[in-house]
Formats: sequence, C-alpha cells, structure tokens
Amino acid sequence: MLSNVLEYLEETITKHSEKIAFIGEEYEYTFQQIYDEGQSIGSYLRNQDILKEPVLVYMSRDPRTITAYMGVLYGGNYYVPIDSEMPSSRIDLIIEKLEPRILICDNSTRELAEKLDYDGIIVDFADINRTSIRLDHLSEIRNRMIDTDPMYVVFTSGSTGTPKGVIANHKSVIDYIEQLSVVLEVNDTTVFGNQTPLYLDACMKEVYSTLKYGCTTHIIPKKMFMFPIQLVDYMNQYKINTVCWVVSALTIISSFKVLDKMVPEHLKVVAFGSEVFPIKQFNLWKEALPDAKFINLYGPTEGTGMCTYYVVNRVFEEDKVIPIGVPFKNTDIILITDDNKVADNGEMGEICIRGTSVTMGYFKDKERTNAVYTQNPLNDVYPEIIYRTGDLGKLNEHNELVFVSRKDFQIKHMGHRIELGEIEASANQLNGLVNTCCIYNKVQEKIVLFYVGELASRDIAVGLKEKLPRYMIPNKIIQLDKIPLTPNGKIDRVHLTEMSLKRKRVKK
Amino acid sequence: MNDLIEILEELHADVDFKNCVTLIDHNILDSFDIITLVADINSEFDVTIPAEEIIPENFNSAKALYALVERLME
Repeated sequence: MLSNVLEYLEETITKHSEKIAFIGEEYEYTFQQIYDEGQSIGSYLRNQDILKEPVLVYMSRDPRTITAYMGVLYGGNYYVPIDSEMPSSRIDLIIEKLEPRILICDNSTRELAEKLDYDGIIVDFADINRTSIRLDHLSEIRNRMIDTDPMYVVFTSGSTGTPKGVIANHKSVIDYIEQLSVVLEVNDTTVFGNQTPLYLDACMKEVYSTLKYGCTTHIIPKKMFMFPIQLVDYMNQYKINTVCWVVSALTIISSFKVLDKMVPEHLKVVAFGSEVFPIKQFNLWKEALPDAKFINLYGPTEGTGMCTYYVVNRVFEEDKVIPIGVPFKNTDIILITDDNKVADNGEMGEICIRGTSVTMGYFKDKERTNAVYTQNPLNDVYPEIIYRTGDLGKLNEHNELVFVSRKDFQIKHMGHRIELGEIEASANQLNGLVNTCCIYNKVQEKIVLFYVGELASRDIAVGLKEKLPRYMIPNKIIQLDKIPLTPNGKIDRVHLTEMSLKRKRVKK
Repeated sequence: MNDLIEILEELHADVDFKNCVTLIDHNILDSFDIITLVADINSEFDVTIPAEEIIPENFNSAKALYALVERLME
C-alpha cells in the first residue's frame, strides 16, 4: 500500500525516466531530473536541520516549482506555496501564522522575497538543486514518515481577513489521486494542459496524476487564456488531450465563437469545476467535441481537491444545471439539515464530507478548525470527523447531487474561492471609509463594492491592491450616501444587488 | 476615444489608459478584463469583435484598441 506520494515518482522513473514530465515556457523537466534534484533539495534541507517543518516555496509557475515541492517532501517536510500574485500583506499574514524557518525562491521572486517581513533563511532553487545527495539521510527520514504526516498547506480566503491554512497529508492526496485518475482515464499517453496556478490545490490533478502514470503536463502560460485563438492553436500544437480547467477558461473559447472555426482536435477528456457552467456555453463545447468525455468536478480545498464528479451523459436544456454527481470511491457525502438530521430525498441540506479525503484542519487555528471539522452529528458512539462545506445541496430525480448555493457570503469568481467578508474587512481598514458592503452580481459576474466615505473609488482600488490578490479586487466600486438597511436593520443585500444591476453606463 | 477610456477606467480606476502602451505586456489586463471589455465595447459601439481580432497587439494600448473599433465600425 502506498504511504507517500513520492512513491509515484519513484515507481515512474523505473519506466519513464527520460520522458518529459512537465513543460513550461522556459524549463522542461524529465522524471529523472525531478527525482535527482528533488533528492538534492531534500538533502540540503536535512543539512540545514529542517525536518517536519513548513517550507515556503515562492517560485514562478514552472516545472522547477514542482521539483521544489518534491524536494521539500524528500526532506520530510511539507510545502507551503506562496505566489507573486498574492499581495505582500497577505504573504506577511501567512508568514506570521507559519513562522517558517526557510523559504525557497527563484530568480524571479528573489527581490520580492527579500522585501518580506521575514527573517528566516532565503535560498535560491538554483543554489540547492545540485546539493550532493545523501541517500542514507533520505532513507532515515523516509523510514520515520507515515501517511498522515502533512504534505502541504494551502491558504484560502477567510472572512475575517486572515487567510486559513488548510493542511493535507499524504494519505488524503493518495486517496484523491487514485480515484480521480480513474475518472479522468489517465494513462501514460495522457497529455495534460494545465491552467490552474501551482500554488493552489487545484494543480494536484495534473501534477500527481503525471507523476503516477508517467504522462506529460504542459503548463500553459497564463497569457494564453486571454487570447482564445492562440490558446486553441497551442493545444493543437502540443496535442493536449486532457484538461481540468475552471469554467471561465473554457468559456473564453466558446463565448467568442472560436469553436465555429477551430476545435482543440486532440481533446478527449474535459473536466471542469469550481463554477457553474452556463448550459449554452457547455452545449457549444459538447457540439464541437461530440466524442469527448465531459466531467463536472466539485470539492473544497478542505476535502483535498475534488470530492464528487459527474460524467455528462444526457442533454441539458438551457434552464437546467449540471449536477455535481456522486462522491469519488472511498468518499461519502451526507446532506445534513439545520437540525442535524439527514435530508430527505430532494430536501436541501449542507454538503458534508466523510472519508480519508477530509484534510487535517487549519494551521494553528483551533477555533476555525473546530467550527467546520466537526464530529459527525449522526454518530454518537465513536469519534468521527466530517467537514461541513457550508455549501447547500440536494439530490435530483436521478439521485445525483446538485449544488444549490452557499450558506454564507463565500463566492466563486473566475474559479477562485472568495469570502466577500474578507474584501469588506480589507476595505474597512482604509482610512476615510465609513462603511462598506460587498456583493456579487451573478448576472454580470462582477464583484461590486459599495462604500460610504470620502475616498475616491480610484484610491480604494489602489488601496485594496496592496492587501488583496488581484482576483479579489472589486470589478465595480460605487459610492453611496448611506448603505441601505432592511427593516430588521441588516444590510439590504438584495436591494444592493438590484442597484448593481441597474447601474449601466449611460450612453452619450 | 473618450468613451473607450471610460470603459477601461471602469475596469481599473488606477491605470493611466491614455498613455499606457503595455496593457498586455505588463499584465495590467487579465482574462476577465478581456471578456468584460469585449462585451462592453460590442454594446457601446454596436460592433462585434471577432475572435481573430482578440490578439495581444490589439489590446496593448487604448489607441490600438480604438483603432480596432474604428476599423470594425467602417
């Protein structure tokens, strides 16, 4: 039985050592290179006496980053990715929480890393990936490792303004990859086109499936996703046959009618998720690629990536939603009502995850961990932790799970999970702002911030860019004399949503 | 041109769109911006920007973008 994700890599190099595993704009790495340099980095960390610790990886989106992750694991540690897309104040919060002793950077992030509020070691990947390998040290480390040791910490948006660090272990990642790769039909001829950033758990679909099966992943440059024709050209040039993308990456191709002129002709498996796929757009894809397998994936970071899947097997009318389907093997989903009972057939309940895929909790954050990683309310005879997603779902007439909405103010925008409360908390820190309210305009897919205060909307945008990642910056910032309230004295979000819809530019 | 600048400023209030010529090269616009821009321009100027015109050169500056709009309006 597998107990460490490194075993994927170690098994694969016996068959595909010289095959290219990951290809980026500047670098490409074979499995053998990842293995060798990963062991070097592991040996380096051991020389520095760093063991069972969080290691920050602050590198650009290329194959070296994945090699650094392997190195961190070889050293018996767990990796914590940070990225130049994160504003420095957010990185500072992460560092404050983690208190890491070491950060691995590359030539593109070195200067940024030195400016951080951090006094641990900063080391360049290029200076440690040739460290002499100490097999004796590495095997000593491995012999003491177990599958419930942490593997990575990924930070997600938190409503109070402090991001939460989700800790996952080897066991839950192995469980995920074993089940997911069957659904995606991965084998050694698979060619992935990666779209997601490497600092989120979303990239594990390609990264660990590639390591397990000895296939190849092209890390598609981010800019490609702005220019649909170039993107399809790229996919055809590299014969990409499998993608796991956020919906908005797929719709940028279909909504500009590119599929009328050209199709990604090698594509066989199209997995999507993180957002609702508008049926009109979905049908354009289905029509263009009638023989491809389309898979809707659903799951939170706390459930190690994805927890449920639905293989599209019937025609959807434009007013229907694509279900999130059924849980992966070895994962169970329970729908729990407000009074802690199982929802009846067709009744709505909170989607709760049970199984090995449930992660370990939030880093150094008992309070927020205990709020959502709870004892299974249906079981009072032994300890059993489930994760309460805060998503509401129900079963449809085909007995498939359907996502209905969120319980709180968390949204999905361009595939990113965002707490509107975090945007408000950051805006409220700006001098000159009296009150703010952030809503999500689902029709236009825009984040809209309403505010009362003296600042100009331009200054708010500038101020927020220092505190929040770019994808969290409101798309519209609107000044009000006062925030409208409901008769109960709560902020009238329904009214604000209507206001955001009506505000269209006046044609001159 | 001013209408176009207004549309752009609504996307990023803090960018000097009149003078910036590296909107794509310096990652000022992202893919969400492109989608929004194309939709807004299509409705504001009553044109349809075809997919083959959605290329970096046409979006790097307000001037280039306006030239595209003018071409499409003819």
